[in-house]
Amino acid sequence: MPDALPTTGATRALRTAPRPGQEHVAQPLTEDLGAVDAVRTQDAPAGFWREAWRGMRRRPLFWVSGALIVLVLLVAAFPGLFTSIDPRTCALSDALDPARAGHVFGFDRQGCDIFSRTMHGARASLTVGVLTTLLVTVVGTVAGALAGYLGGWADTLLARVTDIFFAIPLVLAAIVIMSLASTRTALTVALVLASFGWPPIARIARGTVMSVKNDEFVTAARSLGMGRAGILVRHVLPNSAAPIIVYATVALGTFIVAEATLSFLGIGLPPSVVSWGGDISQAQGAIRTDPEILLYPAGALALTVLGFIMMGDVVRDALDPKARTR
Amino acid sequence: MRWYIGRRVLQVIPVFLGATLLLYALVFLRPGDPVLALGGERGLPEAVQEQIRAEFHLDEPFLVQYLLYLKGIVTLDLGVTFTGREVTEVIAQALPVTFQLALMALLIEAVLGVGFGLLAGMRKGGLFDSSVLVLSLLVIAVPTFVVGFVLQIVVGVQLGWLPITAGRDPDVVSLLMPATVLAATSFAYVLRLTRTSVQESLSADFVRTARAKGLSRAQVTGRHVLRNSLIPVVTFLGADLGALMGGAIVTEGIFNIHGVGGTLFDAITRGENVTVVSLTTVLVLVYIVANLAVDLLYAALDPRIRYA
Amino acid sequence: MRTRRLTVLTALGLSGALALTACASGGDDGGSDTATADAGGGVVTVHNGEPQNPLIPTMTNEVYGGMVVQNLFAGLVYYDAEGAVHNEVAESIESDDNLTWTITIADGWTFSDGTDVTAESFAKAWDYGAALDNKQSLSYFFEPIAGFSYDEDVSLIEAGGLVVEDDSTLVVTLSQPESDFPIRLGYAAFFPLPEAFFEDPEAFGEAPVGNGPYMLDSWEHDSSITLLPNPEYTGERTPQNAGLELIAYTDEDSAYNDLLGGQLDIIKNVPSSAFATFEDELEGRSANQPAAVIQVLTVPQWLPEFQGEAGQLRRQAVSHAINRAEVTETIFSGSRTPATDFTSPVIDGWTEDIPGNDVLDYDAELAVDLWAQAEALAPVGDYTLQIASNADSDHQTWVDAVCNNIRTVLEIGCEFYPYPTFDEYLDARDAGAVPGLFRGGWQADYPAMSNFLGPLYGTGAGSNDGQWSNAAFDAKLAEANGADSPEDAVALYLEAEAILFEELPGIPLWYNNATGGWADTVEDVEFGWDSDPILYQVTTSE
Repeated sequence: MPDALPTTGATRALRTAPRPGQEHVAQPLTEDLGAVDAVRTQDAPAGFWREAWRGMRRRPLFWVSGALIVLVLLVAAFPGLFTSIDPRTCALSDALDPARAGHVFGFDRQGCDIFSRTMHGARASLTVGVLTTLLVTVVGTVAGALAGYLGGWADTLLARVTDIFFAIPLVLAAIVIMSLASTRTALTVALVLASFGWPPIARIARGTVMSVKNDEFVTAARSLGMGRAGILVRHVLPNSAAPIIVYATVALGTFIVAEATLSFLGIGLPPSVVSWGGDISQAQGAIRTDPEILLYPAGALALTVLGFIMMGDVVRDALDPKARTR
Repeated sequence: MRWYIGRRVLQVIPVFLGATLLLYALVFLRPGDPVLALGGERGLPEAVQEQIRAEFHLDEPFLVQYLLYLKGIVTLDLGVTFTGREVTEVIAQALPVTFQLALMALLIEAVLGVGFGLLAGMRKGGLFDSSVLVLSLLVIAVPTFVVGFVLQIVVGVQLGWLPITAGRDPDVVSLLMPATVLAATSFAYVLRLTRTSVQESLSADFVRTARAKGLSRAQVTGRHVLRNSLIPVVTFLGADLGALMGGAIVTEGIFNIHGVGGTLFDAITRGENVTVVSLTTVLVLVYIVANLAVDLLYAALDPRIRYA
Repeated sequence: MRTRRLTVLTALGLSGALALTACASGGDDGGSDTATADAGGGVVTVHNGEPQNPLIPTMTNEVYGGMVVQNLFAGLVYYDAEGAVHNEVAESIESDDNLTWTITIADGWTFSDGTDVTAESFAKAWDYGAALDNKQSLSYFFEPIAGFSYDEDVSLIEAGGLVVEDDSTLVVTLSQPESDFPIRLGYAAFFPLPEAFFEDPEAFGEAPVGNGPYMLDSWEHDSSITLLPNPEYTGERTPQNAGLELIAYTDEDSAYNDLLGGQLDIIKNVPSSAFATFEDELEGRSANQPAAVIQVLTVPQWLPEFQGEAGQLRRQAVSHAINRAEVTETIFSGSRTPATDFTSPVIDGWTEDIPGNDVLDYDAELAVDLWAQAEALAPVGDYTLQIASNADSDHQTWVDAVCNNIRTVLEIGCEFYPYPTFDEYLDARDAGAVPGLFRGGWQADYPAMSNFLGPLYGTGAGSNDGQWSNAAFDAKLAEANGADSPEDAVALYLEAEAILFEELPGIPLWYNNATGGWADTVEDVEFGWDSDPILYQVTTSE
């Protein structure tokens, strides 16, 4: 999520000031060992991001995953486009009936139309999942990168705060925070999940940054007189992004499931909200007899995660100057 | 290095105070009144409720309760739970099995995750890489209760290869299945983190240099790629240990293991303040030790990282 | 996460989890025949949970400890599978006026530590259980005995409510007539205690000494409790096996899987995931019959839209809108039985012909009509009905089904309103803060109609959570309590129920069935009126 990174004044200035010759630099000389990074230090960010974008566009995987994500977002935004059945109008006489005309996925234990519930469940699940992932990534990356890059007391302080947050049981925190919250929306749920979900990503960012900051190109940039902030944002972070992106894309799915856990305990979304996670936990009672009703919400979740994982891969490749050179 | 470790150990004190204070504030703010639930649907007489509140200091202000708790820690006498058992005994009973389970899960996810991730990363886009992607999607999207249930029915009940539950005598054999289930989601993280790091390292200059020097593929993998890829993976594993110990609620339930996750969850829903804070504090210590170990490992994995 | 831990709840709260009986075990009633004593040489392993209190009878207010205590102690009377009352330690229990009861204790009873069971063993145990300062969970059971107080610490012996005339005679004086007093005496609260208890109650709670069919061999917390036959036991409940191992489970699904895999002999509750399949899967080694548990939607007095004439119509409309037969069949796969009254079919005197109980019939047209009438009187307009419960067991499934009924039939909103913890739920109920109808579950302590009516609907009664009050109903209860014979009392209780059907302080939903199962390694398994398997009569097959 490089776009989410803080942009310092210096970078902004650089970004708006393209320099001649940058394309050559960013499209370097293939196997010319060792030279690549040193040259890149003089590269301007604008070229870097644009180059990344150009690299992504060339990948079929980008278009596949992009289409998948757009489709899921479309379903989340306008479920009515895909189904005209109310997900909450259910008749017990239809309970667990197989698919029939107009009801392609069949019915769940309450006699609700599973296709409709899968479509309508996208919004809550996606909002919670994406929002939590964004929050966690931003907070975790900032905290972890600063700790790893600055070291010393900043590292100590952030690391110890992380230790404390690590330890707080999500259930306890959710019981307290949700009872204090006046309304329960996807936003409040995302806030609760994010408050206690950022430490791992902070640790990962810190560890990677600690390693990357010793790389040759960083030393080179420093010797060329570049400021600490500039180096962090322009060199260290892009080179540390891979594990962060990977962690975030996997975490997206687990956050969607975590929402269901909270809701099941009465501390998540109100029961009237349809969500994939909620349907997954409701399917639990049917696991011995009708496990197939689990297939649809879990399948939708898997497709969504697939979209984001593939997109993460493409973005990672695009951001990695070493990978790009090949 | 010794100085660094010493400093880290000293830092345990503020972390401990901060964590317990925050936790105590949370349990204090927890809505509801645990004493009400002791009598079940029928409730206890008002006068009895008052006596119990006094006995557990629930009628004291927040700071007094917190200080009494600290006193309990110092004197190693944490008092009893609502059910009359020593809190220390409850913790001592839940910890060993949980520790064993978590370590086994950690081992499983580390070995399988790194192994699969390495193979997938070396042949990016290949058949194996794609199959592994599907596998990780499965463990992410299929909830733990399903994985656990299916394994239990197939491996335990139908094939009879492993014990169905581990409640009565948890040992390595009976904990194998629960540890596998517990490791499933984390396995996806380890796998994908390894795969990506391996890919990055493969294209890094030093690897290309090493290959140019004429080192074999295996040598390059073992000596350079793997070692350099491990930093995010090791970080994740260190962070995961505590989560595996405290968050195994579903797995413990399925396999009837009376461990920390379930005990903590019950204590939270019952409002057993001292048990909640004490158990969680133990988890904090686990995090601290695990994270310290990880930080020291960094220096071994990447010699450029030094601690003063 | 979901099946997790019903343990906080007492017996009563366990709507999802009660259990059992023995339709299949073919007709042997009771196990007093000792002929097969050596046939069942093995130890029987049984699904249970970790007791939530020390094993002291007057502390045992939940099902897990209850199962242990029932087998460790013998009371004055015991209940057979059908809930019929038989003398156990008592030789006779007599009264002329339902007020002063003379209890004669049979000779030859001893505790497993060799000390005698005397009138004093009972008097001192009850005295201890009732005293406020001892903080016993079941102290309210002694409320009827003269001298009892909820406000100060009194001794029932000193107050004269309990008088030990000699070793075998105990005279109990009540503060008002109670015709069913003898029926209560089989409940755990009324068990005797040996001298050893009073020397060190705390140690006793860990290692109790009783006078029942079994004695405690070991209690490994969170793992198992082992009971061995008590050689001193002289009653009718003679163990037909070599002992019991009660295994602590936290999740019924794991117990059920252990049963399927041959690791467990008896499960006392079938998990909801297996409701549809367990009877086939266990090939007849299962029980599924109504038990002394009822689920009710309580209508609290603090909801203005459910008061007055319009409120009355709304209560009826909601009741008629719920298709109990369909919900019990579809959601519970027949492991619940649609309710036809406020008690339970296993209780003596139960009938499906109480005047006014047709309000429980599903009738969509009538429901719509009644709601429309209410709207004409006192409109609430665009209304959403909330149905509240604690969220920590799987109540959402049936609430969703009931709400679907109500939404579809009445065309109003209907939502589940979960409280994350049981105590938060109780707190909200006590404070009158629940914003809708709420779940009320009730499991009888002893097999009598009075136990379903007085505590729940009597004015100011301990579990009258909806704060309903009706003078005619109270009068009818008092009259029944003072009735000359149990038959007379039943007739009056049924009249009291008719008042409940007129007023609907709660809307009865269904009776929880006892659902249980056993392996082919054991025989003679039967489930009792109280949903628990009757363990002393179980034999092992090999």
